Amino acid sequence: MEDILHRILGPAEPEIGCVECFEELDRYVEAEIAGGDADAAVPGLRAHLDGCPACREEHESLLELVRGGA
Amino acid sequence: MATFAPERRSNRRAGEVGAASVGAMEQTAAARQAERPPLDAESSRWLADLRSGGRTYDEAVERLHSLLLGAARHEVRRRRQSLPSLRGEELEDIALQAADDALVSVLRRLDTYRGLSRFTTWAYKFALLEAAVALRRRAWQGREVTLEPEGWEAFAGARGPVEDSEQAELLTAVRVGIDEALTSHQRKVLLALAVDGVPIDVLADRLGSTRGALYKTLHDARRKLRAHLTEQGLALEGGAS
Repeated sequence: MEDILHRILGPAEPEIGCVECFEELDRYVEAEIAGGDADAAVPGLRAHLDGCPACREEHESLLELVRGGA
Repeated sequence: MATFAPERRSNRRAGEVGAASVGAMEQTAAARQAERPPLDAESSRWLADLRSGGRTYDEAVERLHSLLLGAARHEVRRRRQSLPSLRGEELEDIALQAADDALVSVLRRLDTYRGLSRFTTWAYKFALLEAAVALRRRAWQGREVTLEPEGWEAFAGARGPVEDSEQAELLTAVRVGIDEALTSHQRKVLLALAVDGVPIDVLADRLGSTRGALYKTLHDARRKLRAHLTEQGLALEGGAS
């Protein structure tokens, strides 16, 4: 039940939209891999990933691809 | 803190650049010029080769397509278990088409590359996006998307009794809020995306809309719903209002 409520209500924090998320995703992922403060580098992106399954999937895929040394 | 700014994003799919937003994006790019780090050697070479001509350009495009195809295949591999009916050659066709489309997008948007990540990381995301969207569409091909208010009733009835009284109260308030606080369009989009699990790209196709516009609708619906619940004196996780 918590899961469905979370999906309905979404993130509480301010978030960016899908287009800005796409624009910033590469920078965010590299900051994550470098061990930097990705959330400070791109405020609102983490909250968007929490609320948008499609962008979350694409973030996970890019992170996996780059981390794998592709 | 960056916040949702729908006026810049409401009519574009992720990855697309709307004419109305070009000015704003150029301003953003100019403002960020000062913080741009020096390009690494590999990224510089990619840019130089893709801005050259003749054989150097042709070979760079070929290398870029190969890079994008690798990324598209990566995405296909991640999702192939969710598409058991697709044969290997069909999946390869999807990867190839995604790489082709991504190549066009990357070459068209080359001047928007800001050098804030490696060029290859920037390029990968176009292939991942194209492949992910194609695979989501394929998974929902032929499936009906119900956009009726009855969907919420079916969901609530299927979940059975809720033992936690606080959650039961919140659930009831959410149901009332969805019915009373949201517009018909917000209700349909929220139920389809958050309750029925329709992928946002698929819903955008069915409604003749865009991913950005639908997410704005979802965001506005969630904000109204949270405000409604706060007015009822209900505590929400994360302390949102």
